[in-house]
Amino acid sequence: MLWIDKYKPTSLDKMDYHNDISINLKNMIKSGDFPHLLVYGPSGAGKKTRILAVLQEIYGPNALKLKIDHRTFKHPTSSKSIQITTISSHYHIEINPGEAGSYDRVVIQTIIKEIAQSPPIDSASLGAFKIVILNEVDKLSKDAQHALRRTMEKYATFCRLILCCDSTAKVIDPIKSRCLGIRVPAPSQDDIEKVLYKVATAEKFDLPAKLAVNVAKQSGGNLRYALMLLESQKAKQYPFQSSELPLLDWENYIGQIVKDCFEEQSPTRLSIVRGKLYELLGHCIPPELIFKTLLLEIFKKLDHDMKFEIIHWASYYEHRSQIGSKPIFHLEAFIAKFMSIYKKYNQ
Amino acid sequence: MSKLQKKDTEPWVAKYRPKTVDDVSYQEDVISALKKSLNTGNLPHLLFYGPPGTGKTSTILAIAMDIYGPELIKQRVLELNASDERGIEVVRTKIKNFAGYTVNKTTSGTGNNPGATFKLIILDEADSMTADAQAALRRTIETTSKTTRFCLLCNYISRIIDPLASRCAKFRFKPLDTDATIERLKFISLQEGIKCEESVYQAIQTVSDGDMRKAITYLQSAFRFFGNKITDNTIYNIAGSLPPQLIKQLIDCCKKNSFDRLQAMVQSIISQGYPVSQVISQLFDYVLTTKDLNQSQKSHITMKIGNVDRNLIDGSEEFLQLFDLSSFIMKQLNNNSTSANGDDMIIG
Repeated sequence: MLWIDKYKPTSLDKMDYHNDISINLKNMIKSGDFPHLLVYGPSGAGKKTRILAVLQEIYGPNALKLKIDHRTFKHPTSSKSIQITTISSHYHIEINPGEAGSYDRVVIQTIIKEIAQSPPIDSASLGAFKIVILNEVDKLSKDAQHALRRTMEKYATFCRLILCCDSTAKVIDPIKSRCLGIRVPAPSQDDIEKVLYKVATAEKFDLPAKLAVNVAKQSGGNLRYALMLLESQKAKQYPFQSSELPLLDWENYIGQIVKDCFEEQSPTRLSIVRGKLYELLGHCIPPELIFKTLLLEIFKKLDHDMKFEIIHWASYYEHRSQIGSKPIFHLEAFIAKFMSIYKKYNQ
Repeated sequence: MSKLQKKDTEPWVAKYRPKTVDDVSYQEDVISALKKSLNTGNLPHLLFYGPPGTGKTSTILAIAMDIYGPELIKQRVLELNASDERGIEVVRTKIKNFAGYTVNKTTSGTGNNPGATFKLIILDEADSMTADAQAALRRTIETTSKTTRFCLLCNYISRIIDPLASRCAKFRFKPLDTDATIERLKFISLQEGIKCEESVYQAIQTVSDGDMRKAITYLQSAFRFFGNKITDNTIYNIAGSLPPQLIKQLIDCCKKNSFDRLQAMVQSIISQGYPVSQVISQLFDYVLTTKDLNQSQKSHITMKIGNVDRNLIDGSEEFLQLFDLSSFIMKQLNNNSTSANGDDMIIG
């Protein structure tokens, strides 16, 4: 079992950080009422862990006995059939409507409405309502989100939704105004270190202080990543010889690209860089991450005055890559733009 | 086993939904006009539009209740919203069929208005209907007008096609003003036994911005979270807005004209999970009121904010966008002597 699963806290009392959120959630559950929730925060901050802990707080340990289902259903107007995976327990059901791609609206209109419409059979013993967890709400299309609106209100007496997403920018206002937003910030450096030490003690190995600091720093507030990193480091070499962490391959690679760009600004160099960008995309590194890392790498070596312009173009091309369909064009356009600005500036 | 009781699980938004037309807050103009036509026992086709949480759905449901009473409402009213399939097929079959039935006059006397001889079709969130589906409605509305009234509800009237809009009496629902919101919140507090300071209501009003549903949700959440110890800060916390100090720190960072610091600051805001859309709306408030910038700089920044907001809605990376905006503000703040020349930086 991976450490992230093994040491996942299962109740609100066992949470390692953000105790105020846990206390508030407990108060809320105690009071017997419970609006729809919209849980948001950066990835690896513990959103899902907290949601599951809430379930367990309400329904007891049985809520964590999960089963996975594949549901197939027919598109109401065309003959297409759509498949979707659900994770459910007695008390709740978890769906990722984004899985259905452009048919996410149909999932909301059929499956969720169907679940929401039927009240729980034995409301006295099972809790007064059922819970539907929707993941990645920010990836839902506008249509699908509109479809949620009235469903959320109409069946609110016996169905509560818990929506989970990284950013609320793409969640439409009418949904936001129907939910209680719960912000889960990323754990601080200290919080992460504390968890690392806790795991180290439980696993009975020594964790050098310097390594803990480095892991926490590299994780950038992502606890899941921090634990994975520690586990892989331990598997690689134990006892730990050095507290230095190797850079990830793709990070090294982006460093090289940036170095290429600084050395020479010419069409031939651009075509070399293009090959490298293809390589990165081929390894499934998300384009927005490439943009961000490229920018930060470039910033390390750039004059103050040029930074204003470069950051503008980075965000400009990143935006375009979101609307467009092939990220390589926009990545390359950014590199070309950078080269031309840099060359002009140096002349 | 369960710690949740069946009672009290209804959200206050549903619990305190206006039961009659008179209960609807703040939309006096709309209500008085509607009541006049209700008294005559007739109703035009209706089109309600306005921002979320201003009482559009509540009003039409209250009207339906007034006309038909709790029993008849089930047969006489067809409510369709965006959670129902509303493609052109549904308009052609379901809506057309329902609209085609004639009502029996002798049974219409159970409501408050004995003369109601029509059925009601409520199309909630009509702006999310496709243009084709709307076009298919045009003739149906006219041919069945003897027996059926349509009511369309939407946020943006511009998304309703003209031929449809011209067949309806249009009513605009305005965002609630401070007094109306606070009055309603106080009424609910009284019913639920909440005690809190006057400033809390003010805070709720500020964050909800005329959206009654938001205001009530916040009040309920705050009460569930903190019991009777609600303060202004808890409201801001629940609403997900940034504490004013944090915005000030960001601005101070911009004034220092150092990219390294700015980068760290932006990173920390992102990792604390604040929504960037919220950050920029608060930055906008700052830009509007500050004296550190001159008029032309302000207008350049405002344009930039507009761009960034659109980029965010298109799904751009939040870090890059916020970094871009704050570096732009940094440039303007440190550019006070020379006139701001942002022409090359502004791309539509």
